[in-house]
Amino acid sequence: MTDLTNLGVAAIRDGVAAGDFTAVEVAEAFNANVAAAAALNAFIVTTPERAIEAAQATDARRAAGQPLGKMGGVPIGMKDLFATKGVQTTAASHILEGFVPEYESTVSQKLWDAGAGMLGKLNLDQFAMGSSNETSYFGNVISPWRRNDGGNAAMAPGGSSGGSSAAVSARLAPAATGTDTGGSIRQPAAFTGISGIKPTYGRCSRWGIVAFASSLDQAGPMARDVRDCAIMLEAMAGFDPKDATSLDLPVPAWEAGLSADMKGKKVGIPREYRMDGMDADVAASWDQGIAWLKDAGAEIVEISLPHTKYALPAYYIIAPAEASSNLARYDGVRYGLRDLPDGAGLQDMYAATRAAGFGPEVKRRILIGTYVLSAGFYDAYYTQAQKVRTLISHDYKNAFTECDVILAPTAPTAAFGLGEKSDDPLAMYLNDVFAVPASLAGLPAMSVPAGLNREGLPLGLQIVGRPFDEQGVLNAGLVIEQRAHFSAKPERWW
Amino acid sequence: MSNTAYRIQGATGEWEVVIGLEVHAQVTSNSKLFSGAATAFGAEPNTQVSLVDAAMPGMLPVPNRECIRQAVRTGMAVGAQINKWSRFDRKNYFYADLPQGYQISQLYHPLVGEGALEVILDEKDPEGSTKTIGIERIHVEQDAGKLMHDQHPTMSYVDLNRSGVALMEIVSRPDMRSPAEAGAYLAKLRQILRYVGSCDGNMDQGSMRADVNVSVRRPGDEFGTRTETKNVNSVRFVMAVVESEARRQVDLIEDGGTVVQETRLYDPDRNETRSMRSKEDAHDYRYFPDPDLLPLELDDAFLEDCRASLPELPDAKRHRYETALGLSPYNANALTADVQTAREFEALLTSVAAASGKGEADVAKRVANWMLSEQPGVLSAAGVGSDHAKNTIEANTAIVVATESGLISGSKAKEIFETYLTGDVDLAAEIEANKQTSDTGAIEAAVDAILAANADKIAEYKAGKENLFGFFVGQTMKAMQGKGNPQLVNQVLRAKLG
Repeated sequence: MTDLTNLGVAAIRDGVAAGDFTAVEVAEAFNANVAAAAALNAFIVTTPERAIEAAQATDARRAAGQPLGKMGGVPIGMKDLFATKGVQTTAASHILEGFVPEYESTVSQKLWDAGAGMLGKLNLDQFAMGSSNETSYFGNVISPWRRNDGGNAAMAPGGSSGGSSAAVSARLAPAATGTDTGGSIRQPAAFTGISGIKPTYGRCSRWGIVAFASSLDQAGPMARDVRDCAIMLEAMAGFDPKDATSLDLPVPAWEAGLSADMKGKKVGIPREYRMDGMDADVAASWDQGIAWLKDAGAEIVEISLPHTKYALPAYYIIAPAEASSNLARYDGVRYGLRDLPDGAGLQDMYAATRAAGFGPEVKRRILIGTYVLSAGFYDAYYTQAQKVRTLISHDYKNAFTECDVILAPTAPTAAFGLGEKSDDPLAMYLNDVFAVPASLAGLPAMSVPAGLNREGLPLGLQIVGRPFDEQGVLNAGLVIEQRAHFSAKPERWW
Repeated sequence: MSNTAYRIQGATGEWEVVIGLEVHAQVTSNSKLFSGAATAFGAEPNTQVSLVDAAMPGMLPVPNRECIRQAVRTGMAVGAQINKWSRFDRKNYFYADLPQGYQISQLYHPLVGEGALEVILDEKDPEGSTKTIGIERIHVEQDAGKLMHDQHPTMSYVDLNRSGVALMEIVSRPDMRSPAEAGAYLAKLRQILRYVGSCDGNMDQGSMRADVNVSVRRPGDEFGTRTETKNVNSVRFVMAVVESEARRQVDLIEDGGTVVQETRLYDPDRNETRSMRSKEDAHDYRYFPDPDLLPLELDDAFLEDCRASLPELPDAKRHRYETALGLSPYNANALTADVQTAREFEALLTSVAAASGKGEADVAKRVANWMLSEQPGVLSAAGVGSDHAKNTIEANTAIVVATESGLISGSKAKEIFETYLTGDVDLAAEIEANKQTSDTGAIEAAVDAILAANADKIAEYKAGKENLFGFFVGQTMKAMQGKGNPQLVNQVLRAKLG
């Protein structure tokens, strides 16, 4: 029998439905891979029994002739930012260590309802703040990829959804949930040679996802290919009355709508993204992507997104501002860590709890956010950043009068080694430079693998679409996927 | 009452007080502003707390339409501008009764804009002078929980039942110039809230409380520095705060000091305010738009529904009682003072008019007199409350109709009603038994007998002692066991005495 862990979402779903193998066999195979991959540190907790239970339920439904659901028989990894009832939910922080929610996030519940099972809770950057997974309280995830230089330097799996990217690319899970605030699905997908889509802001409910920056946070799937992303996104998306920013729109049949025919479509290439000193391999892969889309019948047009250079600074004002307020609830009063020194009063308890409970990057962002919202600085920073955000949205609006989707690199470089950027927050933040603009505008954006660089590391290409046009994004992604024939996978060393 | 301005007499001359009120009114609704948890007063601690109210990770606020509706209706009732586009902001600060670490409020774009209230300065003189007090804005926001310091020797407990309950913050202009005006404004506001049904106005339960801003100045000068006395929970205390705080400020300034902008607390036992925190250690609340919530946009249909659901408001009602029902200003004011009295009056009025086959205007005075002066006396003489089981609208209708039609006299009506309330008698039978007689023959016979027995009194009366007329009336009524029609008795007596 073929190794079931080489199968993706569609193949598992179809194989289980056809009776080629059972859902329990699939769950057992992935559970075994998870158990053997502790060295990657991709999971904070594993839940093999949950994967088996869900698989048994799927097999029982099949035996009873009942429909199996969009994700029937597919075990997945759940980023540990989603509240899971009865299973510890930490956001990779010390302050939430041991926190077991009594509720299930809307998105995870939808996945279970669609027949998926949970392999475990995936590691991430603490409170989703980071681009390399090095800010996790539970230790960094190590990418399964290595450079082809014969060395064994540990590589970053990207962040913040680094546990998700590592698990999917290492065949520990056929798919995983991610969340994307400023690139946290797309950049790790690019670093590990997998696909991931951040849908239009509001497509997936935020209810039950530990908040980082509310106006930017958006959940999405990370999987091995575009079809798998389409399937899983269908299961995750949908209006939720418990989230006031949720989109009250029907969920399109994205999988059924997949098409690699780009005739009559225009692909925009943003001038401002072609920067001086750009990584040569990244530039080459971008050019290759342009050629592939042209080959599929698309017309290529140069477009301008003039405010691009202000996106990153605006993002690093807005996201920390919201985070500084969103994270105020972790105060040691009601749940999570409480550090109450002898004789301490309320203020002392706050200080001690938060000092011990948050890592340095989280503290840095709380400080930045507090600063930009404080009296006398609010207009100069926060108000100004909101204006920039509006201008960036206008940039896209104008651009989409000339094109249907936009193609750009996902990240300025391939994966970097762990520790290479951890001392320089600014260098780390620059990793998000191509990903952040679409987040600020709330647009659907996807990363698909496009090839390997000269070091043997994956490179991703990013497609950004109009609001609500996930289909257009997925279709352009499919074009690249079909022409890139990306089949490389990390050599198993763990 | 005269219109002389309220002045504080200082050692160096006269001072004027300037007052503005920020009233927090708990919105009447079954659930909280952003969660489905219940809001009933007096529940066991932490039994009305949802995941959202406890600020569990990943929880999100969803606006409660009913709370917004009530605030809009309140705005309409004070003639205020309703903002079809408003937004929620976060007010950030740490406290154990604030689970989110921020309060969701509206700083930059409130739901309700400018409005005004007209207050009567002397309740006993409804025709006297009135004053218009400006309302700057009304916004909606979350209430905080409650800390309990008396449950444990070294720890404080938190009750989150109130956490997230919807409040309206109603901010006045600094238009009030005396304790009486401040009291009248607060009372009027409470009256309107109760009419509208958007807040129960129960200050003793904390569902309405006022922050009192007070400053003093020389009459006509620029505004002085103000202090804010927090959470004052009765009309009487608001007036006391204004009085004591204005006095304190005048004394301070006259002693060479300066008033500092600060937050103060009122101590009712000592009738004084004391400093809570000064401006220097004021919080920087870092207000910013709540990114979990979209701007609140109200459509015309929603506003129309709010407007259509507004009841007749107290000023309009009082005016109608005077013009359409012919009631005196005093009675009209007394009957409309609180919505419950007005409702009872109108129910009885409708019932009496129907039972007596007359128009409401024809019986309104009779009903008003019964409700305001006669019935309360009877209830108190009988030692029962107005909620007594026998004090029904049917019984009141029967007694008022019997009086109105001349079946029984007014004084007999009170007697009968008291007997009915306290004894085991049938009201209809009692009325029947006490029916007054309009038989002139019988009255004449009774009068003749009285006159025959009191020849001396007749002489005195005729010599000019005219107040003896009452004596003859009384004697006749007594002889007739109170059943003689008083008007006819009068008439017959006058004729016979010449």
